[in-house]
Amino acid sequence: MAEVVELGKAQVRSAVQPDAQPMIELRKVNKWFGALHVLRDVSLTVRERERVVVCGPSGSGKSTMIRCINRLETHQEGEIIVDGIELTDDLRNIDAIRREVGMVFQSFNLFPHLTILENCTLAPIWVRKMPKKEAEELAMEFLTRVRIPEQAKKYPGQLSGGQQQRVAIARALCMRPKIMLFDEPTSALDPEMIKEVLDVMVELAESGMTMVVVTHEMGFARTVADRVVFMDRGEVVEVGPPKEFFSNPRSERLRTFLSQILGH
Amino acid sequence: MTPPSAEAATLGAAPAIDRRPPSFAVGPIAWLRANLFSSWLSTAVTLALAYVLVSWTLSFVNWAVVNAIWDVPGTGQQVDTSACRAARGEGACWALIGEKYRFILFGLYPFDEQWRPALVVVIFVGLYAISAMRRFWRKELAIIWLAALSVIGVLMWGGIFGLPFVEQERWGGLVITLILATFGIAFAFPLSILVALGRRQTSMPAVKALCVVYIELIRGVPLISLLFMASVMFPLFLPEGMNIDKLLRAQIAIILFAAAYLAEVVRGGLQAIPKGQYEAADALGLTYWQKTGLIILPQALKISIPPLVNTFIGMFKDTSLVLIIGIFDLLNTAKTSIIEPAWQGFGVEAYLFVAAIYFVFCFAMSKYSQDLERELDKGRRR
Repeated sequence: MAEVVELGKAQVRSAVQPDAQPMIELRKVNKWFGALHVLRDVSLTVRERERVVVCGPSGSGKSTMIRCINRLETHQEGEIIVDGIELTDDLRNIDAIRREVGMVFQSFNLFPHLTILENCTLAPIWVRKMPKKEAEELAMEFLTRVRIPEQAKKYPGQLSGGQQQRVAIARALCMRPKIMLFDEPTSALDPEMIKEVLDVMVELAESGMTMVVVTHEMGFARTVADRVVFMDRGEVVEVGPPKEFFSNPRSERLRTFLSQILGH
Repeated sequence: MTPPSAEAATLGAAPAIDRRPPSFAVGPIAWLRANLFSSWLSTAVTLALAYVLVSWTLSFVNWAVVNAIWDVPGTGQQVDTSACRAARGEGACWALIGEKYRFILFGLYPFDEQWRPALVVVIFVGLYAISAMRRFWRKELAIIWLAALSVIGVLMWGGIFGLPFVEQERWGGLVITLILATFGIAFAFPLSILVALGRRQTSMPAVKALCVVYIELIRGVPLISLLFMASVMFPLFLPEGMNIDKLLRAQIAIILFAAAYLAEVVRGGLQAIPKGQYEAADALGLTYWQKTGLIILPQALKISIPPLVNTFIGMFKDTSLVLIIGIFDLLNTAKTSIIEPAWQGFGVEAYLFVAAIYFVFCFAMSKYSQDLERELDKGRRR
C-alpha cells in the first residue's frame, strides 16, 4: 500500500448544505463477536450529501461498522438511525432501510447466473415493482454511466475484476439509493483496474451522493472526502477533514498508521 | 527516449509463429501408442483384455441372436416350449417375450383394454420430453402436467366416456413403475427443497430440529421397512372403514424416503453458495423468498445436478421394491411371467427384457443431465 493512485483531479467540492439533515447516526454502538469486542462506543454522524472515508488497520472494525448500517451485522448496544428510521429487529424497518442504502462489496458479489443487465434489473423489478422495460432502461443508463453498456448481455464471469466492480456499483445505483456504502471496493482488484473503479466513485461523489467508503486509497480520501475517520481496535480514534487529517494527525496511533500505509 | 536495442528490433521484426505439433504427437496412431501400447506390460494387458472382450461378445451374439429361438408352436396353456428347452444354454428363448410382453408391460390389466395403459406410457414419455426442453420452462407447463395427469387418471380408471372401469388392483407393469417414479420425483423434489432450506434455518430452531429429525429418521431405515409399514402397520392406525389404497400408501412411502435423500443433496448445493451472494441479495432489499428463489436456488440446484440425477436414477429403480408388498410393477410382472411350468427357467430372458427398459429410462436421465449441465454453463465461463 505504498503507492497512492493519482486521480488527476483537484479536490471535489463539498456538496453538504450548511443545514443538511443527518442521514446516518451511530450513537455509542457496541458489538461483540462472541466474547470479542469489535465495536466500542462508536459514534458517528453522516449528513446528507456528505462523503466520509473510513480507514484503519485490518481488524479495526471499519467493515463491521458499515455493515451494521444496513444490518448485514447486528449491533448489541447503542442506536443506529438511518434516514430517520431506527434499526431494530423489526423486519419492515430493515427492508425499508435496505431499499435506501446501496452497498458495494470487496468481492463484487455479482450474481453469476444472471447477465449484467439482469443483475441490475433484478432488485428494481422485484423490490421496487418497476416494469421490466423501465428497469432495463434505467439499468442501461447506469451501465453507461459506469462506462460498460456494451457488456450488458454478458455474464459476470466474462468480465474483468474492474468491470465487475463497476457493474456492482451500477447494480446498487439502480435502486436509486439515498446512501451508498463501499466496503473496500478496490482491495480485491489488480493494480491497473483500481483507477477505473475510483474514477466512477469520484463521479458519483461529484453528483452529490451521500457516501461512506471504507478504503485504503488515501488519494481517493484526499480528493473526495469531506471527513476522514480513523478506526483502530473497534474505536473511532480520530475524525477530521482530509487536509488536517493527513498533515496534522493528533494521535500517535494515526501517525503510526499513516507512516505505515504511505510508506517511505 | 533511448533508441531500441538491436535485440528488441529483431524480436519486433519476427512475430512469434505458431508451429504445428510434431506428427508423432497427434492422430489415431499416436493415441493408440500413448494409451494402449506404451510399454510391454501395457501391450500385454491390452491384448488380454481385447481377447476377453471379443470372445465374450461373440458368445453373447451366438446366444442372443444366432442360436436364439424366436417362436414356439402353440399359445397360452397349450404352448410347446420343448424347442427352447432343447436350446437352453446355447440360445436365448425370445419366444417368451413374444408370448408374455403384454403381461410384463401391462400386468393383469384387461387384455382388450391394454391400449389404455399403452397410451398412458406414451403420455408419460411425452411429458418427460416436453419438461426436458428449457423453452417450455414456464407457467403453462404446470397446466400441461395437470391436464396430462387427469387424462392419465381417466384412461387408467375409466368408468366415464364409455371406458369400462378397471379397479386399481389390476393395474400393473411399466405403468406402475412410471406412476411411482414420476409422482415420486414430482413431489419429493419440492419437498426436499423445503426440508433442506428448513435445516439451514438457524434463526428458527424448531423448524430446523423438525427437518433434522425427519431426515435422520427416514434415512436411518431401509425403504423396504417403510413400505412394510405403509402396507401393514399404517392401516391399523386408521379409523374403522377408512381405507387408503395400497398403491397410494406405497407412493407416499417412496416420496417421503426420496425427499430425505434429496434434501441432503440440495443442502450440499446450498452450502456451496458463497456468503457474499446472500449478503448482496440482502443489501438489495430482496425478501427471504425472493433471495432464495431468484439467487440461491438457481445456483445451488445447478451445482447439484449430478448428485440430484444420481438420486433420481436410484429412486426410479427403487420403485421395484414395491413387489415386496405385492404391487405389480415392471419387475414383479417379469418375475410372474415365468411362473407357469412351461416357461419356468427362462428368467434370464425375462429379466434382460425389463433390464433393457430400466436402462433406457435411466440412461436417458443421465444423458439429459449432462446436456443440461453443458447448456446451463454456456456463455458463463471465460
